[in-house]
Amino acid sequence: MVPIGAYVAVSAILFVTGLVGVLVRRNFIIVLMCVEIMLNGANLNLVAFAHHLDSLAGQIMSLFVIAIAAGEAAVGLAIIIVVFRGKIATNVDQINLLKW
Amino acid sequence: MTPIFFAYFALVSIVAGVLTVALRNPVHCGIALLALLGHIAGLFVLLHAEFLAVVQIIIYAGAILILYLFVLMLLNLKTEERYFHHRHAWYMVGVGALTVELLLVLLASRYSGMKGPATTKAVEAVGNSTAIGILMFSDYLLPFEIVGVFLLGAIVGAIVLAKTPGRGDLAREDR
Repeated sequence: MVPIGAYVAVSAILFVTGLVGVLVRRNFIIVLMCVEIMLNGANLNLVAFAHHLDSLAGQIMSLFVIAIAAGEAAVGLAIIIVVFRGKIATNVDQINLLKW
Repeated sequence: MTPIFFAYFALVSIVAGVLTVALRNPVHCGIALLALLGHIAGLFVLLHAEFLAVVQIIIYAGAILILYLFVLMLLNLKTEERYFHHRHAWYMVGVGALTVELLLVLLASRYSGMKGPATTKAVEAVGNSTAIGILMFSDYLLPFEIVGVFLLGAIVGAIVLAKTPGRGDLAREDR
């Protein structure tokens, strides 16, 4: 029997890994992949507590998170394609038109 | 037996996550993300969330990741010399310290809480996907519908965004 603290620790490590990736990577697509890592960490946390507390609510929330992640990936990648078509750049520090 | 599997899945998923952040070639990052998703699915099986594990494999690894790899190959990105923001690299010290602190707190916590009705035995009596389906279409029907509308909006938005500008005019001329 693995204690829930171990699962929560793994999910925290994954979340921090994704957060670091979002902050340090320059490629927009890799930034989106790091967001996926963060979402997976959150999912693992939800499912671990669903198991620990004998409730299915966490698993259902986790399904919703997966659906949101699919929508986010579709829209994010469409935005990348548009930006890449306009000017040849997929680095987040070169996409600065919306910056004040 | 479970702790061995847990150690394997946890270690490999953490290593794959770090590799996703650290690798230089974007396609290699995608493959590392695939390994991460697969091993998270393994952790879901250990937590008796079999339906979610299958959904993770089918949707995450099968659909979302393929979308990422497809766009990567469509754009034909070159591997870059500077792929990190080196100016912000010293933040990592603070992030590492905060993570260690967080892990100490998390591993020392006791995690009590009010138990729900869906014990492992009760869920196994009807089956995991049946239990999730009944709950999703009764208590969580409104969030389910909202997610459906959200996905429709995302699909339409993605198509409108990624459409080639001239093609709509051409189609109108053909008509």
